Amino acid sequence: MGKQIVVYGLLICIGFVYLYPLLSMVSMSLMNRDDLLDSSVNWLPSTLFLENYRSAAVSMNFWTSLLKGIVIAGLPTLCNVLICMMVGYGFATFNFRGKNIMMGLLIFSYILPSQVTMIPTYVLYNRLGIVGSPLAFVLPAILGNGLNSAIFILIFFQFFKQVPRVLLEAAKIDGAGHFESFVKVGVPSAGPAILTVVLFSFVWYWNESYLTEMYVKGLSANSMWTNLVIQLKNFDTSFTNAMATGDTALNLGESVRMAATALSIIPLMIMYLVLQKQFVESIDRAGITGE
Amino acid sequence: MSKEKKVKQPKGKLGKLERREARAGYFFVAPWLVGVVIFLLYPLCQSFYYMWYNIRITPLGSNFTYIGIGNFTQIWMTDPQFPQEIVDYLWHTIVEVPIIVVFALMIAIMLNGKIKCRGLFRLIFFLPVIIVSGPVMNMLVDEGAANIPAMDTTVITNAIATFLPLEVANGVGEIFSDMIMILWYSGVQILIFLSALQKIDSAMYEAAKMDGASGWECFWKITLPTIKPMILLNAVYSVIFLSSNEQNALITLIKDSMFSGTSEKGYGYASAMAWMYAVVITGIVLLFFLLLGSKKDMYDRQVKRRQRAMKKEARLVKKIERRGRRNAKKIERLRNKRSYKTYSGENDY
Repeated sequence: MGKQIVVYGLLICIGFVYLYPLLSMVSMSLMNRDDLLDSSVNWLPSTLFLENYRSAAVSMNFWTSLLKGIVIAGLPTLCNVLICMMVGYGFATFNFRGKNIMMGLLIFSYILPSQVTMIPTYVLYNRLGIVGSPLAFVLPAILGNGLNSAIFILIFFQFFKQVPRVLLEAAKIDGAGHFESFVKVGVPSAGPAILTVVLFSFVWYWNESYLTEMYVKGLSANSMWTNLVIQLKNFDTSFTNAMATGDTALNLGESVRMAATALSIIPLMIMYLVLQKQFVESIDRAGITGE
Repeated sequence: MSKEKKVKQPKGKLGKLERREARAGYFFVAPWLVGVVIFLLYPLCQSFYYMWYNIRITPLGSNFTYIGIGNFTQIWMTDPQFPQEIVDYLWHTIVEVPIIVVFALMIAIMLNGKIKCRGLFRLIFFLPVIIVSGPVMNMLVDEGAANIPAMDTTVITNAIATFLPLEVANGVGEIFSDMIMILWYSGVQILIFLSALQKIDSAMYEAAKMDGASGWECFWKITLPTIKPMILLNAVYSVIFLSSNEQNALITLIKDSMFSGTSEKGYGYASAMAWMYAVVITGIVLLFFLLLGSKKDMYDRQVKRRQRAMKKEARLVKKIERRGRRNAKKIERLRNKRSYKTYSGENDY
């Protein structure tokens, strides 16, 4: 019994440590200027001050950035799922020469940091004229080399290896070709793996700021494409501009910055709370850990 | 991950069916293969070529000047930033990865027990995966939301500084002050460990308990050997995550020097940096492979040990047999020499 209490105590303590940054973010973002300076106000703000959120949203251009962010993360995710599923299926069901070398290459492509290939890739995109549009993310995803595609291919590989061969053979006897049996037998059975890949791919693309800023936003100041995370990164300048044009009456301070941070987290938070079960169980079901 | 018995394929020409299957396989893998050539192998060679050059982008086109190892000497001799950052990165990664893995394992073991609200705790521990992105982390760190005020790191630093050099103490203090961020990186690892732990057969623990093993012994003899491959997986995952995370100053440095626009920096300079960075990362991954990647698990080792013992025993038995035979011969010989007359009862009548 004593052991149980220790375990619960530890879990609750660590859970608090985990949530601490978020809690302090929320509490700070709801404070007005007086509360921040008042040392007697520690966690709970004296009044619910939503002005921080409003002006942060205005200077971040919240709704357009949100929609663009969904496009930037969504399109490559779609391609990632389709192509990785196909490649994973190919690796799992067929035997061909050079397969082991290719699998080695797959793992190598995961370990290699993207910085090495980044510079020539940027030059290539520049020549193709797709820097500054989501195409710069979609193109590699179509060719199975998007963000963390190697992991997704491995997930599908593991998954399709567990699909009984008998099913595929039955389809073959009924006269289905290889591609047809993939579409009619492979894809419908891969539900859990597809879910995992969609969730993770979306989240990872959403949170990727380094490559997004470089390829999709394209480093020019007046770029069309941007998402919330990048808006957050450039928040200080955009807020100062908003102050200059009189869109906001607040000063740039920690409350506003925390409000902006909260705003950029909220969409994924909502998604997470709705799909929590799928998220948490996805790793289990996708069989990453192997059988 | 899963063990497969290798089917030896006969060399020579493939049969018709096999050829058709191989063609289908290539068809399915083809998009990825094209992608690897375009987005992995070609840029890799290209940046290897770039790093020996000084590249200037002019409106008329790019201007290549061969400078040999000029980029490297500049990085290591003239610019102080890169060597400093890479030492920093090495130290941080090598210290943080074990912390992340051990912590994730601890949490996973706690969650694996009989616990109420397991779902809630899993929800909390997985939450950071959803929200860690460079800018969010930077914001939280900047505004001081990321360290708990009650945990005073200067005390720890001073305590360590009494018996260790100051640099080490500072480093340790720094890691303590980043503790929340380090813990935040272990969401995926916790889930991987958890799902591996749940696949361990509980009958094994019961059998061990029957034989009088304590919980501690169960952990070292059953849990740890079974999830050893997962430890390696998680360590590699953590290394890759830490190295491609925007909290990492090195990758920002590479990007900045790529677009710096000065005459001595630029694409070539950044390529040289990126290559050295890649070599360092590969080195770290290899290090973890060497440390954690032994193929034999506990069970195999015990089987080997038992076999060795059995062989030794068999040798001993043979030795004793041989000695016995030799002794018997000796006695026989002695008996013949002295020609004992034993009473056999022949001449009685």
